[in-house]
Amino acid sequence: MESTTEIVRLTVNGDRHEVGVPTHYTLLETLRYRLGLTGSKQGCDKGDCGACTVLVDDVPTLSCITPVWEAEAACIRTVEGLATADGPHPLQDAFDLKGAAQCGFCTPGILCSAAALLDGNPAPTRDEIREALSGNLCRCTGYAKIYDAVDMAAARLRGDASGGSG
Amino acid sequence: MIKPSDKHKSDLKLIGRPMRKVEGLDKSTGRAVYTDDIVLPGMLHGKILRSPHPHARIVSIDTSEAETLAGVHAVVTGQDMATAYGIIPWTPDEYPLCTDRVRYIGDGVAAVAAIDEDTAIRALDLIRVDYEELPAFHDPFAALEADGRVPYIHDPKKEGWNGNVTKKVKLEFGEVDAGLDDADVVVEGDYFFEGTTHAAIEPHCAIGLFEGNGKLTVWSATQVPHYLHRELSRVLEVDPAKVRVVQPLVGGAFGGKSEPFDLEFCVGKLAMMTGRPVKILYTREEVFYSHRGRHPFHMKYRTGATADGLLTSVDAKILLDGGAYASFGLVTTYYSGQLLCAPYQMPAYRFDSTRVYTNKPACGPKRGHGSVQPRFAFEVQIDKLAERVGLDPIEFRRRNFIGSNTRTINELRVTSNGFLECMASVERASGWSNKFRKMPFGKGIGVAGSTYISGTNYPIYPNEMPQSGVQMQIDRSGRVAVFSGASEIGQGCDSVVAYIAAEELGVPLDHVRVMRGDTDFTPVDLGAYSSRVTFMLGNAAIDAARKLRRMIQEAVADAWEVKPGEVLLAGGRAYWAPDTERQLPIREAFNLAEAKFGTLGATGSYNTPKDVHGDYRGGTIGASPAYSFTAHAAEVEVDVETGIVDVKKIWVAHDCGRALNPVLVEGQMEGSAYMGFAEALMEEQIFKDADHGRAGLHNAPSLLDYRIPTSLDTPELESLIVESIDPEGPYGAKEAGEGPLHPSIPAIANAIYDAIGIRMDRLPFSPPRVWRAVEAARAAGTLTKPAAPQHEALPGAAR
Repeated sequence: MESTTEIVRLTVNGDRHEVGVPTHYTLLETLRYRLGLTGSKQGCDKGDCGACTVLVDDVPTLSCITPVWEAEAACIRTVEGLATADGPHPLQDAFDLKGAAQCGFCTPGILCSAAALLDGNPAPTRDEIREALSGNLCRCTGYAKIYDAVDMAAARLRGDASGGSG
Repeated sequence: MIKPSDKHKSDLKLIGRPMRKVEGLDKSTGRAVYTDDIVLPGMLHGKILRSPHPHARIVSIDTSEAETLAGVHAVVTGQDMATAYGIIPWTPDEYPLCTDRVRYIGDGVAAVAAIDEDTAIRALDLIRVDYEELPAFHDPFAALEADGRVPYIHDPKKEGWNGNVTKKVKLEFGEVDAGLDDADVVVEGDYFFEGTTHAAIEPHCAIGLFEGNGKLTVWSATQVPHYLHRELSRVLEVDPAKVRVVQPLVGGAFGGKSEPFDLEFCVGKLAMMTGRPVKILYTREEVFYSHRGRHPFHMKYRTGATADGLLTSVDAKILLDGGAYASFGLVTTYYSGQLLCAPYQMPAYRFDSTRVYTNKPACGPKRGHGSVQPRFAFEVQIDKLAERVGLDPIEFRRRNFIGSNTRTINELRVTSNGFLECMASVERASGWSNKFRKMPFGKGIGVAGSTYISGTNYPIYPNEMPQSGVQMQIDRSGRVAVFSGASEIGQGCDSVVAYIAAEELGVPLDHVRVMRGDTDFTPVDLGAYSSRVTFMLGNAAIDAARKLRRMIQEAVADAWEVKPGEVLLAGGRAYWAPDTERQLPIREAFNLAEAKFGTLGATGSYNTPKDVHGDYRGGTIGASPAYSFTAHAAEVEVDVETGIVDVKKIWVAHDCGRALNPVLVEGQMEGSAYMGFAEALMEEQIFKDADHGRAGLHNAPSLLDYRIPTSLDTPELESLIVESIDPEGPYGAKEAGEGPLHPSIPAIANAIYDAIGIRMDRLPFSPPRVWRAVEAARAAGTLTKPAAPQHEALPGAAR
């Protein structure tokens, strides 16, 4: 298969990029190997594991099966774009504090799925969290600490003081 | 849930508290660097050509066309690296790329390095391999019965031997046959544990770099950088002093990255041939071929007990389906029997285990190496025995408890042992007494116990050197740098050394830097396997930190004109114990010590006890400085119309000695229980037969078709930490990373029996398999809730 290179225009974490990529490139390959945003991970090559999940116009999206051209007009947010100059996103801090990231390889994708959940649902139930994360495989934690972390971050984002205690 | 017992109160300041991991925020912000995140200038991409045949001779390989493709920089074949290797020094039986024979579909044959991945893939298509197909062995029983009329998978070590047999171990302790004859009850069972794989989310990846000065560097997602260092040197014929292995953070391993793999040799060789850095990243499909997952085990047990529920004798016969290469198989074969002898007293025990080669991807160690399979069978045997003698299965296990500070029947030394507390914890937390045999048909609860090693007393290659080393240095800013060669695979070992440095030297945790995983700079730690790291690395870190602490205490004591033992280091300050108003910042204490002793650094080492094993061939295998203990209770609902088993909850009690950081210990317990649950209900690594495609082809080499649990599949998990404070562990700690996997599977099997009266003796308990068992029971009229135990309680029975 001969591939040609073309210029793709992407908005990632607020930055506009123009970058040359082979025409068959996925969004994940572009992020990782052209833009150096290696936070998003490749675990399975075919949309099974969720490690590549990024937010495309706020929707959790499997970047490893998204042709990069489909993301041209969209606002893309990756794990690197969750933190602000003020510090990590409450989810990122809670994942650290609660031990929700063991090997950490699924973590960026899970954080993107969880961020989308909390954007639309500030007080999700345990079942809603399980449903929202069901496209992201974690092999280390058994998910228990991940739920705790999402609960804690949700409480913090709501301004609920009890969420701030370890 | 953390339940520290009062008797274990200590003056520890940080150890035992929930703490962050040193790399935790890097992981949650996307800054953490894994191997595939590394891009080197001028880097080429490699790909490996894999065999389409399960068993064939390589007649010829023509790489000329591939070599001339524009963008291809090098092509390598087996003959370019024709030194046999193997993780176990006594069984080297594989090559980085096959030299003359392929032994499974997916075996590596050639590799290319090209300007990019697309070009590398095109180049593979241009390599012409001429194969002469050979009959293949897919079934371990057929492999065992082979007589040499068709070629064995490997040449026999001696004339007349079966070349398909990797290892045979038969060990007998006590009077096994007499113990069975004398038993009031003997239960016989035939069990099958299907093969499973690790499925770490990070695929294997390696990068090679060869510099003009003859130095070879390999970055790799490995959990054994030291062994990789040795094998790279030997196979690629580079002076070990010129080999550097760098281990970036590893995205999960579970035993699946614990030996050298083809890609590590290939990137090294291709880098040497091209002078350019070369990266190879496995596809997920390749991970399933390279594999080294849990062996399928065929197991027969005969277990005897008295009418009062005391074990009399255990007899096991096990066939291990090893796949194409030996891998850790020698150890697996021993572990299949050696690790069963606690937490119950066995008056007599025999195991007869044979590992055979088959033309499938090689099996190796997966979390709970070699002992998860027999533990499943044995804990179901115990459940059957308890029912036969009319005892509650928890009470049966209590009566057979081996105790602490004792020896097992196979002469392994057991020190601390919190198994009874584990059992009591799950009994209490699960509401056992109101549920067992008391819930309606379709609902059930089951229990199981287990033990596991905290590392092995003997390293993989014989030597007298420490198993783990740590170097620490202190600088004038008040900072502590720890150099650790241990393998951070997500379990938290970088954090453990930081916690220890902070505890011993009185600095805040964020003033500790951990320099890790680089054989150029960090002392040797043998790797993240056999649950050895916290125990061994932790002791080495304590050794180093205390040497430094004594220097600081002495320097401060000099300045204050007090005794060194009265100087305390804590919370970023040095204190005088008799009057803590007298204090100074730790940085100034460090400066006093540097002025007195010069630049501050110390090394620490840990080596295992070498005199605590059985005096027989194989008696060292299974010997560990300490054993962890676990009990699980699992509650299930079984839908007899669909065969679907819904695990509602697993209570996991684990004796980890001491929880250095309870958050990390719980994480290991929950992750282990999850992984056991997954093997119980969902996972099976199976291969096609000739009727369903190409015989020997992996049936499901993807994370869609090899089903691992999502958040919706995984049951509720409750961790119950038990602390027995081990006399030799760091602050009393033992392992927590593998032990808590074992009882999940038999606890679920026993719960299914409690729910519907059906014994599931073959894994996994998938809906079709359960449904068929239900239909058979229905036809036989035995589909019913089992009866409650009727044994009269003995006077003085433990309660």
